[in-house]
Amino acid sequence: MTKQRANWSPYDNNGGSCVAIAGADYCVIAADTRMSTGYNILTRDYSKISQLYDFPLKLNLDITKVSIVYRAEKCVMASSGFQADVKALQKVLSARHLIYQHQHNKQMSCPAMAQLLSNTLYYKRFFPYYAFNVLGGLDNEGKGCVFTYDAVGSYERVGYSSQGSGSTLIMPFLDNQLKSPSPLLLPVKDAVTPLSESEAVDLVKTVFASATERDIYTGDKVEIVILNGSGIRHEYMDLRKD
Amino acid sequence: MKLDTTGLESFPSLLAPQSDVVGELSAAPSFDLPNSNDVSIQFDGFLKEAIQMVKPAKGTTTLAFIFKEGVMVAADSRASMGGYISSQSVKKIIEINPYMLGTMAGGAADCQFWHRNLGIKTSLLPSFCSSLLHLGIPWLFPYNFVIDIVAAAIVEKEQKKWCRLHELANKRRISVTGASKLLANILYSYRGMGLSVGTMIAGWDETGPGLYYVDSEGGRLKGTRFSVGSGSPYAYGVLDSGYRYDLSIEEAAELARRAIYHATFRDGASGGVASVYYVGPNGWKKLSGDDVGELHYHYYPVTPSTVEQEMVEATGA
Repeated sequence: MTKQRANWSPYDNNGGSCVAIAGADYCVIAADTRMSTGYNILTRDYSKISQLYDFPLKLNLDITKVSIVYRAEKCVMASSGFQADVKALQKVLSARHLIYQHQHNKQMSCPAMAQLLSNTLYYKRFFPYYAFNVLGGLDNEGKGCVFTYDAVGSYERVGYSSQGSGSTLIMPFLDNQLKSPSPLLLPVKDAVTPLSESEAVDLVKTVFASATERDIYTGDKVEIVILNGSGIRHEYMDLRKD
Repeated sequence: MKLDTTGLESFPSLLAPQSDVVGELSAAPSFDLPNSNDVSIQFDGFLKEAIQMVKPAKGTTTLAFIFKEGVMVAADSRASMGGYISSQSVKKIIEINPYMLGTMAGGAADCQFWHRNLGIKTSLLPSFCSSLLHLGIPWLFPYNFVIDIVAAAIVEKEQKKWCRLHELANKRRISVTGASKLLANILYSYRGMGLSVGTMIAGWDETGPGLYYVDSEGGRLKGTRFSVGSGSPYAYGVLDSGYRYDLSIEEAAELARRAIYHATFRDGASGGVASVYYVGPNGWKKLSGDDVGELHYHYYPVTPSTVEQEMVEATGA
């Protein structure tokens, strides 16, 4: 008799799409709130966005350092894929961030958090987190930044990105609307997303409404997080529920 | 089951005293493997699938060659997952330190992570920081990486001590030979576990220009001319036909760019931007970065075709 064994498959794909757009002084991160398994919709109200920073702003009141105004660094992650793995990943990141805060008495910068996420994903190289992430935030100069990842931690800083089940529909659309010269070009060409904050938010809404038309895993509601110099703001828009 | 991760420890003697709760969490975590005693389950079935599932960036063209003036390194910038182009702006030439470059072919995360690891290692190696001290540059933490959780002051003090001692012993940066062997040994220790890396380590050390090919199957070859990736046959075609040892820097850069361009033209999995780097006695320098879409019209300009014959109304016979 041939040896039988159960097909061990601990992963599931809960679907969903994530988008992030970086601007000159803002960053928009968005994800839909549908969570599915196969053809079943498990919930229509599940947030895929996790805020990796504590608010409100922490001000430095030391008179001698008055010129150095501490900006509360802001960083938000949107993840699709397998939401159980995503939850585990978020817990690891927030624990590592808490340790960092205790040791340095400041928040991690967004590029540092980006590399931490890369390393965290890679340390599960042989048993990956089934999570496809985009990380958005403001860098040390207050400029918007977006980092895009694969499941095992390869990452890249980009002007805009999309991950998840609708990414193959969304990405070409974003390319069409926002494509800027490659950062690898020499001589260097200026590559700033040519949109104002409100235009970017509108674009995100359009993009999700469109993806919902053709992707069964995207729908119900889109949650939009807007980061800028004055803080953080949430917006919601209803999508088709079919 | 936990893997041996000694390959990851960048400076063990410095991390060792940090064995409290904080140290435990901030130290490099080891690689997780699925809980199962039957290794064959992990590697025959699920694990292989899981690794395949998340592996992008297969197709690539990278090349490097040694010539009279140094080493020329070039690559495209496309990453694809099957037929889907996941990025057109991947940095496939990784700057390990100011005198050394690595190229990336195979799994993007594997290449990125281990080159970052190698960069940390080689610059934390006393030999490299001794050269920094020698130049009068104080110890700078080289990358924005996460091990800065370890108190920077301890590192600085410890490093300077190491550096001074090492400087007295031998003033040198790490050699290309040494760095490539470091990487090859790490990759060899993970052999058969599904890592996918095909890389060239190019640089300048006290023996002059150096070039090694290293892959995840355990191979490590010294050579003067390599190309790696799905577009390499096309790149080799151009490279071999145009290569001479006594090329000037300009000629060599043009040859490298042309080889990458022609590879992106014939290989669907290569494309984006053709980047060319040069490593000479004063370290590396990026010479060019051109969108291959535009480069096409540089190599094959559109000329208005001369009309040989006008279409005329056929006269009814």
